[in-house]
Amino acid sequence: MAETRAPRSLATRVLAAVFLLLLLGALLVTGSTYLNGRQAARAAYDRLLLGAAQDIAESIRVQGGAPFVDLPVSAFELLAQAPEDRIYYDVRGHGGRFITGLDPTLSIDAPATDDTGPAYFDAALHGEPARFVRVTRRFAERAFSGEVEVLVGQTRRARQALTVQLVVDALWPLAVAGAVLMAISWVVTRSALRPLEALSEDLARRDPQDLTPMQTDRLPAELQVMLQAMNRFMSRLDRQVEAMRNLISDTAHQLRTPVAAIRVQAESAQAATTEQDRSRAQERLLARTRSLGTLLDQLLSRAMVIHRTDSAPRLPVDLREVALEILETQDHELLAPGVEIRLEIGEDPVMVRADAFSLREAARNLLSNALRHGTPPVTIGAERHGPQAVLWVRDCGEGPSHATAARLGERFNRSSGSREEGAGIGLSIVTSVAEAFDGTVEMTREAPGFRTALVLPAEPETP
Amino acid sequence: MIRLLFLLLLALAPRPSPAQEAAARFGTGDTRLLVRSTTDIAILRPVMERFAASNPDLALHYEQWGSNALFAQSRAACRGEAAPADAVLSSAVQQMVWLVNAACAAPYRSPATAALPEARRWRDELWGITTEPAVIVYNKAAIAGDEVPRDRFALLDMMRSRPDLLRGRIATYDIADSGLGFLFAHADSLEATTFGSLLEGFARIDAVATCCSAEIIRGVAEGRYLMAYNVLGSYVLAAADTAEVGMVLPEDYTLVLSRGYMIPKEAAAPAAATRLLEFLLSPEAQEMMARAGLVTTLDAAESGLTPSARRFIALSPALLVARDASRRAALFQLWDDSFRPETAAP
Repeated sequence: MAETRAPRSLATRVLAAVFLLLLLGALLVTGSTYLNGRQAARAAYDRLLLGAAQDIAESIRVQGGAPFVDLPVSAFELLAQAPEDRIYYDVRGHGGRFITGLDPTLSIDAPATDDTGPAYFDAALHGEPARFVRVTRRFAERAFSGEVEVLVGQTRRARQALTVQLVVDALWPLAVAGAVLMAISWVVTRSALRPLEALSEDLARRDPQDLTPMQTDRLPAELQVMLQAMNRFMSRLDRQVEAMRNLISDTAHQLRTPVAAIRVQAESAQAATTEQDRSRAQERLLARTRSLGTLLDQLLSRAMVIHRTDSAPRLPVDLREVALEILETQDHELLAPGVEIRLEIGEDPVMVRADAFSLREAARNLLSNALRHGTPPVTIGAERHGPQAVLWVRDCGEGPSHATAARLGERFNRSSGSREEGAGIGLSIVTSVAEAFDGTVEMTREAPGFRTALVLPAEPETP
Repeated sequence: MIRLLFLLLLALAPRPSPAQEAAARFGTGDTRLLVRSTTDIAILRPVMERFAASNPDLALHYEQWGSNALFAQSRAACRGEAAPADAVLSSAVQQMVWLVNAACAAPYRSPATAALPEARRWRDELWGITTEPAVIVYNKAAIAGDEVPRDRFALLDMMRSRPDLLRGRIATYDIADSGLGFLFAHADSLEATTFGSLLEGFARIDAVATCCSAEIIRGVAEGRYLMAYNVLGSYVLAAADTAEVGMVLPEDYTLVLSRGYMIPKEAAAPAAATRLLEFLLSPEAQEMMARAGLVTTLDAAESGLTPSARRFIALSPALLVARDASRRAALFQLWDDSFRPETAAP
């Protein structure tokens, strides 16, 4: 995580996206500018063309019974506003009769139209694309009546030049603006990604063993969410590592004495001279081995509980069912055959949100402790006290001494010299479960005897 | 049969240059460069000789044509009906503009052509080579001192006040025969209303409309004409006996013409034609043409003309008006009414 590098950095991605966007925008703007520019150039020069044609049409007068054109220079000066363009003009009377024009031998293929207004069209002039306008003037004189058509055309160089100029003029500032936007987006992207870079550097510098939470203040909200999730993950990892370490050291510690005792018993069995001695030693060896088995079970169960409290999902569990299940499995028959066990549960469910397996382990250990160390009869029950759900085990004995009770639940309490199948591990499992589900372990002396209880926050009743 | 066909083809083929007035050849190179021009060979000879000397690979054929004939020939060549020249140089620039507008010319662009003022180039296909004012010339022996008209108003007054002196002795171009004459008349008709008065004046004193600058100036020098209106200043300098001829740049306005140079698009040797163009625009050739009177500096100090009095005939599509049939008809009508009242009367 610390050393791997993404093939393309986030900044590059963002900048590439911005660049693409700008490029797309530029293409669209260029296209529309070109269309606009062409439209503007066309409109501008079409007006000149129309002006010239109307100038010429105005100059037509009837003279001697026929239309006569006194060609105005102003019309050509208008057309000369496009100084590099060729010009065509002709004036034709009824039936296309040539009145005057540039060249009687040259004719332009004009599209037929019924429209009497000015008609624009495109056609070729000496092989060059050109724009034409046709204007019709009507005469109703005594000497002459009818229509005279004026056709004026011009090649399109000036239009193209104007279009290019308009486009270039419009695109210059846009190009500059694009470059500035690009620069700004670079700066913005860099500054937006700076916390991320700092975080990456922090992670890269971090000791792989270091599972302490990272600083989340002064970070953007998105990163805080991510970092908090990571911190949660790290702390869980930390807890599990710690639990594993404890388990290993506990196990080593717990196993050392029984294994040594087994060795001693085995040696004495070997060294026994009489059959009676040997059988007694073997009996003790068997008892030791059995209790070692129980110890291993407890260690395993505790490890399981610790593992599950972090990983297993928390589901609604009815504590009455847990108590019932413990009775039904009849495990206690092995431990204390013939001892009477009572069940004390009510009508209403006692709901908590926890892991059923862990709760069963805790209940089993509470019961085992009561059977081992307490005085029968033993009662197991579950009840609800306001916001608290309680799973308890009660015997009729005195309970442990105050000094012992104070140490109960700690991990290493076997050094206190208690019996081998001590309540140490059992209670520590109960304590772990209580802690994992935000509860406590309560020990009370009351009327019939000693009561140990696992107190958990009650889950509101579900319908 | 074949011989008959050949003869038939020969008969159908265009006559070789019927309107060609004179021809000359400069250089003996392998590449033939055919130049058709309205300018008298005598005036351009030094320039052409110099060009031929510095371009030994060219053989420059110089043909001198009348402007209308040259126009007709170039138009035919443009349609593929006649043999094209490699370069055309004409003073009747309205005809050149028409040819360029009709896509008869090849484009060419160089720093030298780009340096020409706007009025002296069009579409990079037509270039104005010279700078020549249209002037009034007079016989120094006959008219001198304060009598010399400095502008058109003075000329009008003189025609009004001394009709007997001037009767039949003022000459000007015949606009029907000369493309240049028509161009000047057209330009005059656009410039000022004095043109109408001038025509009336010419009519009153029976002015002579004739052909060709050189002849008119010779007439003035010999005393046949006392005065000539709208002749090119260059011919005054070229005429042999310049001592007899005085020249006036009319102060109300002076038309300034720039002869048009064009390379036909069917030219056989366009590269050689562009070399000639580059040479004609070079300072050396301009200097030589200035000595021949083809390039006149029109500084106010030298010519006495205010800048507003200089009217350049710009190479622009507006000159197409001068080629318009109805416009020409109208001007001819006006002209004929003045010069041939007995024939023009309806």
